[in-house]
Amino acid sequence: MRSALTVGLLLCTFSLWAAGTEQQNEQLEARYRALTSELRCLVCQNESIADSHADLAKDLRNQVRAMMEQGKSDREIMEYLTARYGDFVRFRPPFKPVTAALWFGPFVLMALGGGLLMVYMARRRKRVSNAPLSSSEQEKLATLLHRTENEGKG
Amino acid sequence: MKARYLVPLGIFAVLVGLLWAGLYLNPREVPSPLIDKPAPEFTLPRLDDPAAQIARKDLLGQVTLLNVWASWCAACREEHPLLVELARTGQVPIYGLNYKDTREDALRWLNGLGNPYTASAFDEQGNVGIDYGVYGVPETYVIDRAGVIRYKVIGPLTEDNLENTVLPLIRKLQG
Repeated sequence: MRSALTVGLLLCTFSLWAAGTEQQNEQLEARYRALTSELRCLVCQNESIADSHADLAKDLRNQVRAMMEQGKSDREIMEYLTARYGDFVRFRPPFKPVTAALWFGPFVLMALGGGLLMVYMARRRKRVSNAPLSSSEQEKLATLLHRTENEGKG
Repeated sequence: MKARYLVPLGIFAVLVGLLWAGLYLNPREVPSPLIDKPAPEFTLPRLDDPAAQIARKDLLGQVTLLNVWASWCAACREEHPLLVELARTGQVPIYGLNYKDTREDALRWLNGLGNPYTASAFDEQGNVGIDYGVYGVPETYVIDRAGVIRYKVIGPLTEDNLENTVLPLIRKLQG
């Protein structure tokens, strides 16, 4: 009876432990996938090291996995790789003075374009609303109005 | 013609200029973060003698070239005669980092094509290669007396980059 209880308890503990590690493994796997898709393969530059079949990508994947198993954080792994391969390995480069144009350029261009558009619209509106009709234009308008009135009657 | 009509033309000219310059940039030449940093530590077996070791400290005290090569690398074959010639002149000791190769193939290559290297380290797994940020063999590092990386050539050495960049830098560092 007692031994059955022990075995039962052991089984319970074991299954709990197994479930725990499985969950941990899943988390690790998700982290691994996220991190390796953030890293550029330097051999085939528009592929991430998660997707690339290049030999170097394989080595770097193994390196990332090994570092994760050692309990290194994502940041530590990123730092390890940028120290060796530069910011270029990151698909999302960090914000620095040299990358400022990269981060802000599109917004600056958009603001510039928007500003120009607004100035243009404002000028155009002024031109359209404030211009008085010349005498010949008045005459033309009068004829047109007259004609539509007549047409309406007819 | 009003000046404002010249504005789009000006923008277009700038764009053409930028794209034109872009045509002559090599996207494979990624600036290495290791320039002006101490060369990473390594200790590896020698290619020609698995029992002997070669380490970073063996390079210190003199200006050296560290050439990353492999027998499977086609561009290495292209630059090899230049290395052999450079070694013959004795201007600078050339160390080799044999990267992800097999000992047999690498030794056969050296026997067949000549061995310009003072010594070659055997990096079978490519771990030292990762520490040096190697991504496109061949690569050549200029390392000064104190063990600091001063320059890196990505891709094969050519008469052009050797004569105009690498050798002048070596002479400056030696002088």
